[in-house]
This record gives sequence, C-alpha cells and structure tokens, in this order.
Amino acid sequence: MKLTPTPAQTVGPFFGFALPYPGGEALVDRSHPGAVRLHGTVYDGDGVPVPDALLEIWQPDEHGAISRQPGSLHRDGYTFTGWGRAAVDGVGHYSFTTVEPGSTGAGVAPYVLVTIFARGLMDRLFTRAYLPADAAALEQDALLSSVSEDRRHTLMAARESDGSLRFDIHLQGADETVFLTYPNTPQFTGPVE
Amino acid sequence: MAEKNTDPDAAAVSQAEIDAEIAAIHGEYRAQRDAGAQVETNARLNFPPYRSSLLRHPTKSLHHADPEDIELYSPAFGHRDVSPLEADLTIAHNGEPIGERIIVTGRVLDGEGRAVAGQLVEMWQANAAGRYMHKRDQHPAPLDPNFTGVGRTLTGPHGEYSFTTIKPAPYPWKNHHNAWRSAHIHFSLFGTDFTQRIVTQMYFPGDPIFDLDPIYQSITDQAARDRLVATYDHSVSQHEWNTGYRWDIVLSGSNRTWAEQEEEH
Repeated sequence: MKLTPTPAQTVGPFFGFALPYPGGEALVDRSHPGAVRLHGTVYDGDGVPVPDALLEIWQPDEHGAISRQPGSLHRDGYTFTGWGRAAVDGVGHYSFTTVEPGSTGAGVAPYVLVTIFARGLMDRLFTRAYLPADAAALEQDALLSSVSEDRRHTLMAARESDGSLRFDIHLQGADETVFLTYPNTPQFTGPVE
Repeated sequence: MAEKNTDPDAAAVSQAEIDAEIAAIHGEYRAQRDAGAQVETNARLNFPPYRSSLLRHPTKSLHHADPEDIELYSPAFGHRDVSPLEADLTIAHNGEPIGERIIVTGRVLDGEGRAVAGQLVEMWQANAAGRYMHKRDQHPAPLDPNFTGVGRTLTGPHGEYSFTTIKPAPYPWKNHHNAWRSAHIHFSLFGTDFTQRIVTQMYFPGDPIFDLDPIYQSITDQAARDRLVATYDHSVSQHEWNTGYRWDIVLSGSNRTWAEQEEEH
C-alpha cells in the first residue's frame, strides 16, 4: 500500500508555550567530561537574525551509537537520548549542550542532524552540521563530496576559541545553508534560482 | 517579488490582492500539472502570498541526500516522557475551559500504510476565542484561565491517538489587511525515520476562511489541501459530552529496508 503523505504547515509564531521544554537543549549536563556547546544564529535573506525559529538536533553518541532510549522530554541526567530541541532567543541565537558524535561507520564523517522550523517556513528544513575534526574523513564523505565546493562550508561546524562548535544557519543569501531532501520525502520549494 | 512589503505590521495589502496572487500561482500550478508536471503533495516553501516566507524560504534547490544511519532512526519516547493526562487539554486546570468540547482522534501511518506505534504526537492551539496562551499573541480576545492549549500523547499499537480539547476559533494576523487564519490545531509528529519528522496544522470541515488563508493555500493542490481537513465523525461524539473529529496523518515513506523495519518489533 502506498499512501500520499499529509502536507506540512508552518510551525507559526506561537509555538513557544508548546514545543520548547526545560532541559530540551541539554543532551548532556554541562559537567559531562565530553560536553560541548553547539550553537549559532539563524539568519533570514536580509542577514537579519530570525527570532522565532525552533531547532532540533539528532545525533549518535561519542562512539557513533544511536540511542534507542526514551527520556528526552524528562531527562534523568544520565541517559543519552541523542535528541534535543531549542528555540532561538530574541536575537536568533540557539545553543545546545551535547557530546561530539562519533562516526556511525566507515566513510561517514561525524555530523549532527539539524532540523529547522520557523514562522515563515512552511516545512521543516534538514541540514547536517559536520564536525571540523577529521580532515581525511570529511574528504571521503559521500554527502560532502556531492555538494559543490563553494557551498560545502555551510555544512561545517566551526571550532571557536572557547572549544565550542559554531553552526550558523542562513535561510537565504550568499551563504545560504545547503538544505537536504531525502527519497520518499516530498518537499516543494516553489520557484528557485 | 523584491518590491513586496515584508513588514508584518504593514497590513497594507488587501485580501483581494492576496486572493489574486494565490489564484495566479494555483492557476499556473494546475496548468503545469495538467501538462504532466509533478503533482504537489506538500506546501510550497516559496509562497509569496504568505509574506513571512519571502525572506525565509530556500532560494536554491534542496540537495538530495541518501539517508544515513542517524537519519534512518527517530528518538524514542515513552511514558517517562508523556503522561496519559496530557492528552486531555480540558483537565489541566481547576475549572472547565469555555468552548465546544471536542475529541480529535485518528491514526498515524507511514507511506506504506504501516502504523507508527509508540511515537510522540504533540499539539497546540488557540482557545475558543482565538487567543493563544503566548506572550506575543496580542489579539484582544480573552485568555481562558482554564485552558492552556498544549497536548501530548504517544500513539497506540495501531498508530492511534486521541486528544480531548476545545474547538479553537479563527484569529486575525498581520499578513495583510483584515487577514484571518482558518481555525486550526498545530500538530508535531515523529516517525520511525527522522526524515519523516513533520509539523503541520489540522483544520475543521467547512471553514469559510479556507480560500482566504495563504498558509492553507500554500499547498497548491486541492487534493493535498483536503488532507489537512478533519472529518466530523458522529461515532466519536459522545452523548451530552463532546463532538468528534477524525483525522489520520500519513508520514512520508520510511527509507529503511523491510528487514530493518521488522527489527524494531
């Protein structure tokens, strides 16, 4: 049986009292020995920060294992569930506390899957934030290799001097982030360049 | 497109102008579809009548990716995450909320028709006066101290879900002059693959605002738009208690192989 998927609609401006929850942004505690901050700003086509976006991240643990454990909405402080949710603040900035994911297999450079929702965005957008660490793995990665060289940097998290990982998201503009679409997951951009 | 006023408070454009923009896009879509182009089963990201999309839609084609390990799984949710009481939005406070008590129920299926069992469904909505419990909602309609408007549940073994709530009202917004949203309930769902993640809105049958609402009309195909409209189901209504609506949700297809899918059970 093949069914036609239900269409998406924007998350709208009024999700703040419904979707974010305490601890959503902390996949691990800040005191975790492997804790790292993954943060950045979401920008619109004028380069203006988007103050009403919601981000979700989904990632393996530091050994590349995918968690099958529940508990993301009421974290026990010990179980790594691999998923987090954070709204941006009034200046478009988001911040997660997590661990750096390990690779899930040979030839796969480690990355965090990032999902963006916002007022004005009719359907969620997917992208990947690759870790800047392993140059050889990045070179061999199938997805990165398939992206034109001039846009590849938009998929790379940058190491800040404080050790954190910075991943800005540009919905439009010269540095427009590469957004991903998958088989069996129909998305319609409307007219594009 | 560049000369369009994107100030959300401008409210300078008339409903007739928005209607004409929508009609032009839909007409062009139907002509292309009838000439053999792809049927659009989802909303358009670039839909200028919805002014907030102008600076927020990708301007480049989405990049085709083969889903890898993490994308083929979804986070797990369980009773640690969700209390059964969260599916009833009418019992969150000391008193009964004002409005028409309804049950919204249905099943969550994937593109193959398989039930999505034990997954998280979240919903949120305005109250019976069209006001959200959100600090940025300044619509001068009353808040209801007995209604927050947020629900969560886990789907059952057959993908079934059910929420008891109050029917939300339409409300004004600032897309254009005298702009009103069709009454709706926001839904957020997870599948077995993270690529199936969806946030959408459920509408009520016969809403007089459908044709005027550029968010609803951002889905260019009528058959696709209809998939967001619940049906009144008298078997869900209960004697002297609530009216009932049924709405099934189909996620996009799983990209896992059948064997991987079976491993889950």
